Amino acid sequence: MKILVPVRRVPNPDIKVRLKSDGSGVDTEGVNFLVNPFDEYAIEEAVQIVEKSGGEVVLVSIGTADCEETLRAGLALGALRGWLVETSEVLDSAAIADVLAAVYKEESPDLVITGKQSVDTDNNQAAQMLAAKLDLPQACFAFKVELGDGKATVEREIDGGLDVKEITLPAVITADLRLNQPRYAALPQIMKAKRKEVKKVSLGDLGVEAKSATKILGLSQPPARAAGQIVGSVEELVDKLVNDAKVL
Amino acid sequence: MSTLVIAEIRQSELRASSYNTIAAAKAKGGDFDILLLGKGSAAGADALKEFGAGTVYYSEADAVAEYTAESYAKTVAALVGEKGYTAVMMGATTTGKDMIPRLGGLLGAGMVSDVIGFDGANYLRPMFAGNAIATVEVNTPVAVMTVRETAFDAAAPSGGVSAVAEATAVGDDRAKFIEYRLTESSRPDLGAASIIVSAGRGVKDADGVKQVEALADLLGAAVGASRAVVDEGLLPNDLQVGQTGKIVAPDLYIACGISGAIQHVAGMKDSKVIVAINKDEEAPIFEVADYGLVADFAKAIPEFMEKVKAIK
Repeated sequence: MKILVPVRRVPNPDIKVRLKSDGSGVDTEGVNFLVNPFDEYAIEEAVQIVEKSGGEVVLVSIGTADCEETLRAGLALGALRGWLVETSEVLDSAAIADVLAAVYKEESPDLVITGKQSVDTDNNQAAQMLAAKLDLPQACFAFKVELGDGKATVEREIDGGLDVKEITLPAVITADLRLNQPRYAALPQIMKAKRKEVKKVSLGDLGVEAKSATKILGLSQPPARAAGQIVGSVEELVDKLVNDAKVL
Repeated sequence: MSTLVIAEIRQSELRASSYNTIAAAKAKGGDFDILLLGKGSAAGADALKEFGAGTVYYSEADAVAEYTAESYAKTVAALVGEKGYTAVMMGATTTGKDMIPRLGGLLGAGMVSDVIGFDGANYLRPMFAGNAIATVEVNTPVAVMTVRETAFDAAAPSGGVSAVAEATAVGDDRAKFIEYRLTESSRPDLGAASIIVSAGRGVKDADGVKQVEALADLLGAAVGASRAVVDEGLLPNDLQVGQTGKIVAPDLYIACGISGAIQHVAGMKDSKVIVAINKDEEAPIFEVADYGLVADFAKAIPEFMEKVKAIK
């Protein structure tokens, strides 16, 4: 089985972002970049499927030349090779889905698995848009994936618990946090990943226009909360909740 | 300029987020219709006919009796094509997050996730775990969006009676709904609760979780969790509050043993009153708390419960 895994390069999610003073974007100076955490679950799931029943895991990342680093990190986790679609343009999810659809047509995989959302834009859009554009079924927020007989049975994380859905392959699946436990890359794998094939192409090479349907006009700070107070005892806490905040 | 609101039915019940989504359509302005799909949608349409919509559409046809993103997106796309809506919105529930981007893909429409407000023709939404608010422009004839329910107070009936009509359902046999496996709980839903008591890494074990649950039950509150607690298997995933879990904004949020990682704070910082109980006085949760108590939750909770019982 061939599995295509789109991966995104994101600023370290554990560092609070600083906005540029003119609101035009985020100040990334001194910030390190990582593989989007949800995409690591997608890579792990794909690698486990291939380890069990054969095939290959192919990564794709879209962005500047820096994304090669992101791809190498993913290749060290067990993927065989990768595509780097180089562009300096900021693409929205609709444009990303167009690019992924072009790579999908080059590769004809049996399955696409990616993270349920990227932790920078928090959009949660591109995978479902890709499925729609390719007219493939989808199973988002996967908790458990079982494959067999040209079908996938997927338990999905939903409000209030789980549901179970059966889809035909090929299909698009997005990974949620309990799907698996992503492995750490060992040094020999990191060294090996440096020699794995990364095919660099431009949007023109793929023949996609990648037209964004949305545009971010500006970013602003959310309203800050008023400063709170430290109380000295449980008694004082309950008193304040009853008499000042009036919430008990 | 008109909007289609997708109201949500699950197991024949109208979900509360539907009322917040109607409020968002009213805040956006212009005319709106409502669409409900699935078993129970005829009754749901009846319940929503006095909320100011032009027409309330529904379908209980076999093709859409149970939710799949595939059949629902096709059915919505067909209605959008027929009626020429310029916006489609649904609550940012797991169903909205699953289906609306697929609809966007079918329609070639730009999408805005988690809309919290409108600025003229543009949309406001949080990014980077809520640490930035983006103003987003949509450049396609139709805009599709999910709306964050905590940003819009539930709509109330506004008088008048909408037309009620059946929509044409479109199926997709490559995707099949099998079953729900929902968590059984007698406590209120996270989204609907006015008080939430939440457990973090500091709540080390099942006994700690029991203490948090006991306090929640005394207050008639919902139980929430940080990711660490869910990863440990101490509480189910659907109780996870945060950037990638549930976004909540109750009247009172009591964080027990929660450090306050960026991802957790993103899910609860719009709560009206935040209480943090944590024995580490350096914990970042105290930066967003209205009332902070530096204490071990295991000692503080029993005392808290005693004091509350004394005044009730």
